[in-house]
Amino acid sequence: MLEIKELTVQIEGKKILNNFSLCVKPFEIHAIMGPNGAGKSTLAKVLAGHPFYEVIGGTVSLDGVEILELDPEERAKLGLFMSFQYPLEIRGISNFEFLKHAYNSIYDVKLENEEFKKIIDPVMEKMRIKPHFLDRDLNDGFSGGEKKRNEILQMLVLQPKVAILDETDSGLDIDALKIVGEGVNHFMNKEKMIVLITHYQRLLNHIKPDFVHVMMDGKIVESGGKELALELEERGYEACSKSK
Amino acid sequence: MYNHTEYKYGFVTDIETEVFPKGLTEEIVIEISRKKEEPDFLREFRLAAFRKWKTMEEPKWPNLTYPKIDFNDIRYFAEPKVKQTIDSLDQVDPKLLETFEKLGIPLDEQKRLTGVAVDVIFDSVSLGTTFKAKLKEAGVVLCSMGEAAKRYPELLKKYLGSVVPIGDNFYAALNSAVFSDGSFVYVPKGVRSPIELSTYFRINEKETGQFERTLIIAEPDSYVSYLEGCTAPAFDTNQLHAAVVELVALDRAEIKYSTVQNWYSGDPKTGLGGVYNFVTKRGRCQGVASKISWTQVEAGSAITWKYPSCVLEGDDSVGEFYSVALTNGKMQADTGTKMIHKGKRTKSTIISKGISADESHNSYRGLVFVASSAEGARNYTQCDSMLVGNRCSANTFPYIDVHHQTASIEHEASTSKMNEEQLFYLQARGISREDAINLIVNGFCKEVIKELPLEFAVEAQKLLTLKLEGSVG
Repeated sequence: MLEIKELTVQIEGKKILNNFSLCVKPFEIHAIMGPNGAGKSTLAKVLAGHPFYEVIGGTVSLDGVEILELDPEERAKLGLFMSFQYPLEIRGISNFEFLKHAYNSIYDVKLENEEFKKIIDPVMEKMRIKPHFLDRDLNDGFSGGEKKRNEILQMLVLQPKVAILDETDSGLDIDALKIVGEGVNHFMNKEKMIVLITHYQRLLNHIKPDFVHVMMDGKIVESGGKELALELEERGYEACSKSK
Repeated sequence: MYNHTEYKYGFVTDIETEVFPKGLTEEIVIEISRKKEEPDFLREFRLAAFRKWKTMEEPKWPNLTYPKIDFNDIRYFAEPKVKQTIDSLDQVDPKLLETFEKLGIPLDEQKRLTGVAVDVIFDSVSLGTTFKAKLKEAGVVLCSMGEAAKRYPELLKKYLGSVVPIGDNFYAALNSAVFSDGSFVYVPKGVRSPIELSTYFRINEKETGQFERTLIIAEPDSYVSYLEGCTAPAFDTNQLHAAVVELVALDRAEIKYSTVQNWYSGDPKTGLGGVYNFVTKRGRCQGVASKISWTQVEAGSAITWKYPSCVLEGDDSVGEFYSVALTNGKMQADTGTKMIHKGKRTKSTIISKGISADESHNSYRGLVFVASSAEGARNYTQCDSMLVGNRCSANTFPYIDVHHQTASIEHEASTSKMNEEQLFYLQARGISREDAINLIVNGFCKEVIKELPLEFAVEAQKLLTLKLEGSVG
């Protein structure tokens, strides 16, 4: 279970998350929606342990373990995964080498190339990715869709407990939406938790959330079932701020 | 401001040394030669160089700033007061053995680096060579310059100063006048050296310059791989290091010369202290189809000024330069290479990787020269810079000078930035911060690191990671 209680975060003296609370249980998909500047991407980065944000209040625990004091890599080892909105490009490290390194580190094993191939090959097949993809340098020169596919591949290979998918980019094209949708459907089972952060309702055509939350000014202002997303599409976020 | 791992080789060995008075005169030059019981031709070589040096000025063109060096405030000779040993390390002062043990270069029989013959130079004097018997069996000579002057005067007469003439540049002239010790390597015709040869240089004295001189001669169809490593104590004053390395490769011979340089680079915050590294390294591919390959990992020194070069005389000869230059704190490096194509179908490759962090300055300076005789010459240059933080600088100064229309020259360059976001990305995938830096740096440098002998590649990787740990932000 992922439990966020009254999380308050600031950057350069400006509060971005303000008493944010959310509880995610296994086998649940939570969608977090909201307008630009609501603090959605900050939430994702703070959960993953980005060093630039200052947590000034609240707690976050994963299966009972407090994570706010932990380094990003320790959180990853506990089973927390964040899919980046803008994955970084790093030259000189192949995708394969990177994934093997991450896997070995998270599971504290020392798999050689051949052994790791046995883990990654079935996932590649499922996602219909050509083997050549792994030989390329990490995200180097990848298209937006390829980067997205790479994030989902990492999630499926690393098998975290909770995946936080930061999909706030309004520029996500139809292909990318489909990739994320399919990935989530492959990933989800009764042990997994997903927090899906998005801007627009259209991603929810591919992923069916159990809960939809509306985030404004750093906290959740309204929660409901998946029908809430459709309502939002019609009445807009402005109405939420008035209704609260 | 920075949280750097302390320079772990910064200690001083407390040992009695005999030092010369400061400053440089003809008398000092003659005294050095006398002290080393050198043949007359060497004394004349030194004196000619000294006279030349007196007429020269320090080069002003490098992209480096430092206070004027007072060459009269430097000692030009120091030696530990120990019994000189040539054949055995048994009689070496235990304090010295301990020093090298601390540096990770054990000299005693049981703990030697396997498969590497090491010659160690402490301040100005060679302390001896390991694996003598094995080298002797193969006919390969690895000894100190001092010993070579006694045992192989003819070879010295023929080759010393033949690649880097005494008046080549200010620092080469100075070295030619006062060079203390260094390594001499001779590989006979048709012999492949059975082990890696290595010299470990250690500066210990505070006010003594280090002026070692290395000469490697590879006879036809021979092969040798040679590696040098360097460290120095952390003093708050600057030490001058002005070395000269000359390589000669005859027909189809191959010399592979690798350097891992980690001289003390000064205090990262104040910039006080550190070694001034002014080095002239040049190889002559004299024979047909000969090959000289320079690989360097330059990670230390307050100032680095060095351009390991190849003069490609023999037809079909090959020159290579693989370099990683890392600067952090307030370090400055102006380094690169010269590839001088004279023979037909000569080929050269330059791979340069510069990493600058903190407030350091890192410049690549390279020349590709194709003479009118070099029909069909080819060069490929790749020059990449990585910036860590936003207070450092990286520059490239590529010079290309072509006098034959059939030449083919390629030049590629790139600049990238290592930043906190990249590290966060890798860390968010479970990779520790240290491993993340390691992955990024080694990804950037791998084409160079893979050229190092295996034993040293791992060390070099660790060194680079260690140096950068406190700099990313």
